[in-house]
Amino acid sequence: MLRYLIPLGLFVILVIFLAIGLQNDPRYVPSPLIDKPAPDFSLPRLFSPTTTFGPTQLKGKVWILNTWTSDCVGCRQEHPYLLELSKMKQINLIGLNYRDSNILAINLLKKHGNPYQVVVTDQDGSVGIDYGVYAVPETFIIDKTGIIRFKHIGPLLPDEINKTVLPLIKKLNEETG
Amino acid sequence: MIPEFGQFALIVALISAVIQAVLPLIGTIINQPNLIMVARPAAQAQFIALSISFACLTYAFVTHDFSVKYVTNNSNIDLPLLYRVSAVWGAHEGSLLLWALVLSIWSFAVTIFSRQVPPLMLARVVSIMGWISIGFLLFMIMTSNPFERLFPIPSHGRDLNPLLQDFGLAIHPPMLYMGYVGLSVAFSFSIAAMWANRLDSAWARWSRPWTNVAWIFLTLGIALGSWWAYYELGWGGWWFWDPVENASFMPWLVATALIHSLAVTDKRSSFKAWTALLAIFAFSLSLLGTFLVRSGVLTSVHAFASDPERGVFILLFLVIVVGASLTLYAVRAPLIKSHSQFSMLSRETALLLNNVFLVVLTLGILGGTLFPIFTVALDLGKYSVGFPFFNFIFVLLGTPLALLLGFGQLLRWKKDNAQQQLTKLIPFSISFILALGSVLMMSYFSFYALLGMTLAWWVLIMALTSFMLRFKNQSLSFASLKKTPPSYFGTHIAHLGVVIFAVGITLTSNYSSKKDVLLKPGESYLMDDYTYQFNGARQIIGPNYRGHEGDIIITKNGIVIAEMKPQKRIYYSQQSPMTEAAIDAGLSRDLFVALGDQRGQDGAWTLRLYYKPFIRWIWLGAIIMSLGGLVASFDKRYRQKNRRMQTSREKDHLTGKLT
Repeated sequence: MLRYLIPLGLFVILVIFLAIGLQNDPRYVPSPLIDKPAPDFSLPRLFSPTTTFGPTQLKGKVWILNTWTSDCVGCRQEHPYLLELSKMKQINLIGLNYRDSNILAINLLKKHGNPYQVVVTDQDGSVGIDYGVYAVPETFIIDKTGIIRFKHIGPLLPDEINKTVLPLIKKLNEETG
Repeated sequence: MIPEFGQFALIVALISAVIQAVLPLIGTIINQPNLIMVARPAAQAQFIALSISFACLTYAFVTHDFSVKYVTNNSNIDLPLLYRVSAVWGAHEGSLLLWALVLSIWSFAVTIFSRQVPPLMLARVVSIMGWISIGFLLFMIMTSNPFERLFPIPSHGRDLNPLLQDFGLAIHPPMLYMGYVGLSVAFSFSIAAMWANRLDSAWARWSRPWTNVAWIFLTLGIALGSWWAYYELGWGGWWFWDPVENASFMPWLVATALIHSLAVTDKRSSFKAWTALLAIFAFSLSLLGTFLVRSGVLTSVHAFASDPERGVFILLFLVIVVGASLTLYAVRAPLIKSHSQFSMLSRETALLLNNVFLVVLTLGILGGTLFPIFTVALDLGKYSVGFPFFNFIFVLLGTPLALLLGFGQLLRWKKDNAQQQLTKLIPFSISFILALGSVLMMSYFSFYALLGMTLAWWVLIMALTSFMLRFKNQSLSFASLKKTPPSYFGTHIAHLGVVIFAVGITLTSNYSSKKDVLLKPGESYLMDDYTYQFNGARQIIGPNYRGHEGDIIITKNGIVIAEMKPQKRIYYSQQSPMTEAAIDAGLSRDLFVALGDQRGQDGAWTLRLYYKPFIRWIWLGAIIMSLGGLVASFDKRYRQKNRRMQTSREKDHLTGKLT
């Protein structure tokens, strides 16, 4: 008569998994890019489209890549905090303007201030795809050897900056490149 | 004052539920009729208390009582009246109150409409429903009180999630809950029958109309949700295999299996243990759905704000309810002796296979839905399965199910003639030829379309054949129709719904077109013979939002088909843009335009265009299925004290003799 116990047995297994599942944060999506080399690119700069810029020019530095567009609400939300962040020492903040209009992007930075050391324009979105961007804003931190060490999805707010971003940058700066 | 009164009513409801659950239970053990009789009035008291409580929360929303935290979080001074009412169930706490209210409505209905059920059995059923009520009321009062106050009192609220500010979604949750919770009746009958050790056909007969009605609500609720997702989310899809959608689809599949299995148990006294298990399974999946939606173990577009404390509570509740039920099943099911036997080739076998396919499909969807939980728990990383997996198992198991549906309609109970089955190759060939003709009429050939259409024609032809055979020897007069039980017509109407649904899915999935275009004012785009001319977008201002409205004229061969005005709204209270797609609906096709983003300064916008053939048939099919369920529920057999109940084996049911 063991077969009548099968439903109960399956249910017990299910409950064990659900109980474990309850301990994990479902919103946490590990990026497959973490601890992988940052994809290389060479893109025109927003303010001087005839010259290009790429990660090779940042070798040996810890840098932040922030993807944004002029019509994105989350980007507007994080903008003042990025401005604050950019004023700190040892911060190399690079903006990736993702599938946007150059005019709108320049207007926005002129009006609200420019937190970025360099802004590159990814008009066809191909670099964004390399970085697995599915919704702007997303922020990556890349270490001295060009490895992605951190990814944040959505607006970068003070809580996250103070708790995670700044300590990580401090730590990465202490690493030998 | 009113919110406190609502809170008080909630506590009264809990006390009534405790009385409803405990006293009849004691009564059945010590054989005390007075205690057994308490079940009915206690359930009715619980219903009244919850109605009052629900009315109090509604009043708080209607009068903008922002001292109530739940109102502040989910309403706004600008919110129109209709959505202030539907906002009551727009988030976790209030929807839980709705759930509890719906459960008490079903309990109340059971106490009113079960005159043919012996008092002792009824007391057991109502007591079990009381235990479920206790769980939900405790959950609400302990972790999710909708009447919690806020101080200082804000001047206006945060507004209802704009996605939910829509008529379709206003009525979707009540429908769905009526379905989910309605399955608790069949569950309670099944548990009561096992508890009394009377897993015979009587409980199945009593459960049938309840299961039918719950299934009707569930069908309509899911169809409404799918329809809403189609026009409101602006993605143009009608089903996303999202965890929460799956959470409603799984109980539906099992409830569908249960309806068929109950019929066999009622008519043929077979499948008794299996039917009891399905009844447990169906309601357990409703509870599991609640857990998945409210605990935060999975992310979903519809998940409520999650809270681990709530997750722990529901999981415990799930363990108690389902664990106890399955334990009872493991103890009682082996004692059942099957009285009837049937051969391999019989309607019983066909229905058993139908059940197996439905349950395997459910398990497949369950596995797919919980897959991320499994992989994370086993430390394999986080993976989820999506569309391809679900579509694959749906086609894989849906195909034999539809074949069986056509085949089984003409099978006899108990034993059928094997050689006669070969004649069914003729209608099958006809179906294939008709399907081939249908598919060749479309713009291009698709194997899956041929498969789907063959199945649809097959089920249709077999249903018509069965219908003709039944009335072959009698003139199709009103009298002969009247003699035919409603359940016969209900069955065929529901199966006709399946045909229409299958045609809708097949043609929409295989022949839809989609295109994202960037158009400047005055430009146009041609897709599938339809020309979409964009005449620019203008700014609009609504009661609690502002935004843009595009103007698109659709023409076909120079004739204007429709003027479309899709909108993109930004609600003041929440900075998230919302898409209001414009749809030109038709029986043979929908044209769908959604407004994307403004690009550049010359008034250019991105637009998403869809051509969706026969998509309305999907929801039409669901409506016809539920209509079939409704007709079947009118069968008089369910409301009579059946002749068979007078047999000695079941007589003590009536007199209330205790085991």
